[in-house]
Amino acid sequence: MMSARDFWQLAAYISALLVLAPILGRYMARVFRGERTILHPAVAWIERLVYRVCGVRTEQSMHWKEYAGALLIFNGLGFVVLFLMQMIQRWLPLNPENLANVSWNLSFNTAVSFMTNTNWQSYAGETTLSYLTQMIGLTVQNFVSAGTGIAVMLALIRGLTRRLGRGIGNFWVDLTRSVVYVLLPFSVILAVALVTEGVPQTFSPSAHVTTLEGQEQVVPLGPAASQIAIKQLGTNGGGFYNANSAHPLENPTPISNFLEMLSILLLPASLVFTYGRLVGSRRQGWLISGVMLALFLGGLALSLNGEFSHNAAIGTQANMEGKEIRFGIVNSVLWAMATTAASNGSVNAMHSSLSPLAGGVALFNIMLGEIIFGGVGAGLYGMLMFVLLTVFLSGLMVGRTPEYLGKKIEVKEIRMVMLAVLAPCAVILVGSGIASVLPVALSSLTNRGPHGLSEILYAYSSGAGNNGSAFAGLNANTVFYNVTLGIAMLIGRFAVIIPSLAIAGSLVIKNVSPPSAGTLSTTSITFAVLLIGVILIVGALTFLPALSLGPIIEHLMMVAGRTF
Amino acid sequence: MKSQSGVSFDRPLLVSSAKEAFRKLNPRAEMRNPVMFVTLVGAVVTTIAFGVKLIQGQFSGFELQIGLWLWFTLLFANFAEALAEGRGKAQAESLKRGRAQVLARLLKDKREERVAATSLRPGDVVVCETNDVIPADGDVIDGIASVDESAITGESAPVIRESGGDRCAVTGGTRVISDRIVIRVTSESGSSLVDRMIALIESAKRQKTPNEIALSITLAGLTIVFLLSVGTLKFFADYSSQAAGQDLSYIVTVPALAALLVCLIPTTIGGLLSAVGIAGIDRLVRYNVIAKSGRSVEAAGDIDVLLLDKTGTITLGNRMATDFHPAPMVTEQNLAEAAQLASLSDETPEGRSIVVLAKEKYALRAELLTPSDAMFVPFSAQTRTSGVDILNSDGSISFSIRKGAVDSIKSFVEQKGGSVPQEALQSVDDIARTGGTPLAVAVDNQVLGVVQLKDVVKGGIKERFSELRRMGIRTVMITGDNPLTAAAIAAEAGVDDFIAQATPETKLRRIRKEQEAGHLVAMTGDGTNDAPALAQADVGVAMNTGTQAAREAGNMVDLDSNPTKLIQIVEIGKQLLMTRGALTTFSIANDMAKYFAILPAMFGLLYAATGASEGPLAAFNIMRLHSPQSAILSAVIFNALIIIALIPLALRGVGYRPRPASVLLLRNLLVYGVGGLLAPFAGIKMIDMAITTLGLAG
Repeated sequence: MMSARDFWQLAAYISALLVLAPILGRYMARVFRGERTILHPAVAWIERLVYRVCGVRTEQSMHWKEYAGALLIFNGLGFVVLFLMQMIQRWLPLNPENLANVSWNLSFNTAVSFMTNTNWQSYAGETTLSYLTQMIGLTVQNFVSAGTGIAVMLALIRGLTRRLGRGIGNFWVDLTRSVVYVLLPFSVILAVALVTEGVPQTFSPSAHVTTLEGQEQVVPLGPAASQIAIKQLGTNGGGFYNANSAHPLENPTPISNFLEMLSILLLPASLVFTYGRLVGSRRQGWLISGVMLALFLGGLALSLNGEFSHNAAIGTQANMEGKEIRFGIVNSVLWAMATTAASNGSVNAMHSSLSPLAGGVALFNIMLGEIIFGGVGAGLYGMLMFVLLTVFLSGLMVGRTPEYLGKKIEVKEIRMVMLAVLAPCAVILVGSGIASVLPVALSSLTNRGPHGLSEILYAYSSGAGNNGSAFAGLNANTVFYNVTLGIAMLIGRFAVIIPSLAIAGSLVIKNVSPPSAGTLSTTSITFAVLLIGVILIVGALTFLPALSLGPIIEHLMMVAGRTF
Repeated sequence: MKSQSGVSFDRPLLVSSAKEAFRKLNPRAEMRNPVMFVTLVGAVVTTIAFGVKLIQGQFSGFELQIGLWLWFTLLFANFAEALAEGRGKAQAESLKRGRAQVLARLLKDKREERVAATSLRPGDVVVCETNDVIPADGDVIDGIASVDESAITGESAPVIRESGGDRCAVTGGTRVISDRIVIRVTSESGSSLVDRMIALIESAKRQKTPNEIALSITLAGLTIVFLLSVGTLKFFADYSSQAAGQDLSYIVTVPALAALLVCLIPTTIGGLLSAVGIAGIDRLVRYNVIAKSGRSVEAAGDIDVLLLDKTGTITLGNRMATDFHPAPMVTEQNLAEAAQLASLSDETPEGRSIVVLAKEKYALRAELLTPSDAMFVPFSAQTRTSGVDILNSDGSISFSIRKGAVDSIKSFVEQKGGSVPQEALQSVDDIARTGGTPLAVAVDNQVLGVVQLKDVVKGGIKERFSELRRMGIRTVMITGDNPLTAAAIAAEAGVDDFIAQATPETKLRRIRKEQEAGHLVAMTGDGTNDAPALAQADVGVAMNTGTQAAREAGNMVDLDSNPTKLIQIVEIGKQLLMTRGALTTFSIANDMAKYFAILPAMFGLLYAATGASEGPLAAFNIMRLHSPQSAILSAVIFNALIIIALIPLALRGVGYRPRPASVLLLRNLLVYGVGGLLAPFAGIKMIDMAITTLGLAG
């Protein structure tokens, strides 16, 4: 049973989120409108410096194809640098542990993973990657991949709000602003807070200590706090240590746990409020937040129910397997729900050990397309795809051709919406389908039966959803998984980004029809319910067959007291 | 109007549609519709699978039935489309027949030559005399004739067509019933109004409308999702059966997977989509409106500004006398009496309305007057007065009564040494301010008072406009009146805005302005000078009585030339879109129940404990369907029958009442969304019981 203390912890988490998100949302709206903010005196010079050094013409508003081109070139370069850095890290500085060069397929997988804001890790950070690779390679991508997400979101907002225009903004400006005014300063604050809780931030090699029992233990150190801060805030999720935030140095105290957990959802939730302000309808922001929160709480309730219900198979009341005693069930499940909802992927418990129901919800959260808050920026533009789909399917029912925020949703837009909604689904289904029958893929499984299928589904969902968390139990560092999951991440990322930008480009040239009593209101309770319905039905219709043979059948068997 | 909205099917139409349904099985025709094409592939694959087994000596009644019902699904969808086409075509055919054998009398170098109507080109000049059928759309360039247009308008009274002016346009297929006209052909053969209408109804030639294309893309996208979902299910099933050590190949077969796929893809809306579109055009035709493109019908649903001509749409055609305002020392009855006498010789509707008003108010009848003691001065546009001179017995004028425009009467009395009293001038101002037209009445040099003429707003129009407002549509009245008068009528009729002293240019400017602000505008027009505005408007309805230029510029033509119909056109557009939305929602909502039927049927035994009759997923069988075979069959049968069941709805359109969007959404969501979620549970269960009783489910 959940105790009162458990309940208050949940309440504190949700309240903190709901108080902070609108405030930060307002701050970011000012940043992205180019208005002066409280941080300008401290960091504006960095923005100006970047523009001068890189020769950015800030006043130039790009056509969507230019914008997409800039984005692809920037991400492509990031990939190449990160890929090469891993391949030759042995010969590079800041490698006190003398770690070897990384294999081509793992380098590919990791480079794609961090460039796409997925942070799927087929490796153990402390024993695979040098400090240089982690700091210059991964951390930089942690920042700019989140910045890329915000940029795409801003471009889409401009498409929705500008009338009869052409340009959807300047990618370099959007990227620079989101890093300089949002990601960097917030990370510094969080990193400092984490250091005070005991997270290491040092260039010293691992410490070798003799424990009270007289045995020698290796304590991994490194510049952890800075990377942890951005991994949480930027919905990256790639841990400094292999155990991620279940590691006592990555997440030492209840306070660090609360802060890290809050940072998972903080920026994605705040950006929804930023959205409301930037489209000039704060209700719009509240509606989308409400929908996201409802889906989040619904999943959380279902999971907690699964965790606390009687497990007939092993005869326990509450399932502590795979969880840190320090955090307990509620904090572990809350983290699991937040990290899968927000496309973060950091963990403080092992998802494979969650009850089938909670594991299934975590999986379903990702399958829905990472839109319950979702990745930084990415969650919102992903959610907007569903908003457009909902508007299209139901807008007709009020007797007008569909429109959103006064912009007509027509052939071009709906084609792109379908592509963005479809591509990740296709990747998950096809990838898991192949992996579930291919011997080379099956040999990586440590569980057979429905749980094995859940592991495969989770891996491809995590990749396509750019989540990055693992169900564990699956040995993913093989050529097959490194390559196929890498491709899944690429498609899951760019098959949503490019359509979003294309939609922005085709919407920006349209005029805005003023709302009237004949217009479908997208701020009503009816619409919120409808949006939830479309998200759940599209998700359920796509994945029900697969889920029913994985977590659902496992749950039903557990209830009946059987394990596989 | 009842027969126009009702759906009736006669036997020959049903028979021909049924035949047509088979003809449409042609794969190339089905390719136009990805959803139905996948269904076709499913049907073919299932049939082959059945055939292969049969050759191997195994007869599977279950697979045979699945195959048959998949074919039925296709046939039912084709039938719906054929039925919609047939209904529209019936009307079009009669128009077409009228022109099939028409010979045109082509004028070439002043010589007449008989050629087939279909060979005419724009610019050709033809002659039509009494009883000739006009061979093509065109303009009268010489002569005047009365023309019977009943073939396209259904209106039996002949209309006058003459060269020059606003009545020069003629339509191919109509008949000259007197006199002779020379016509310059304006339309290419095959692109006349009637041809275009037929093209909108025949599905093979029909161009999909923008929203229809967008919806088709959505449906194709969903189809791909389900294709992947069902395709990969085979792999997951193999994995599971291997893991469980169970053989599922007896039920996870190609026909069963094809059945699941066809049940999931949106066949309901996919099958009915083109029928809905055709029925929308057809509904317009039944209101005697010809749309030149399907796009304009969709646009009609989006209209949020209506530009309405005052005369004929908002007010009755003419002004009517409504009140007498006597000058001081004059009784109202005296004024009425004089006004009536002065109006007897005024044949204009306004003059007649004064006579009628006096009669109604004071039972006055000008019977005492005989021609011998009165001399009438008829109304003329120059003097802008009418009146009567009462004669003495010797024939000299005893006194003169005049009625007319205030300034004309003023000069009349001033000539005779009188003046207009201050009070009367006050009345004149008051009347003008409230939108009326004042006419003064005088006897010799004395002004008796003022008659108030008013535009009479049509009954019920105000309610109509407030209804439109609730639907989010603004109405703008267009009138040539001065701003004062216009404002008063606008207020009385309850329009949202007005343009006074309107010219075609101000209309065009207004349309552009509204469109720049993001509005979609509809208007009606008839004159040549309306053409630019008609072309600019998102929906421009040209009156059939209008000029050819106007008819070319607009994207719809109203054969009845009734400007009020604009409102109905908007409603038909909305209804079309709503029907599409409702059926899509229904179709997708249906899928949940089908999963609950088919998944437990396929996997109900998976991971069953040794000796147990049910596995964990049997819990999904909440409908308690009889057997795996009966469950799959019931879902497929439901999926096919629902298409037939919804044909009347697709053709008639969903019920439409002018309501705000929020109300419409909620209502349709409850009926078609929630209804669509629940209905198949009941339907599938009932079919399951029926086929179990009949012993069809093996």
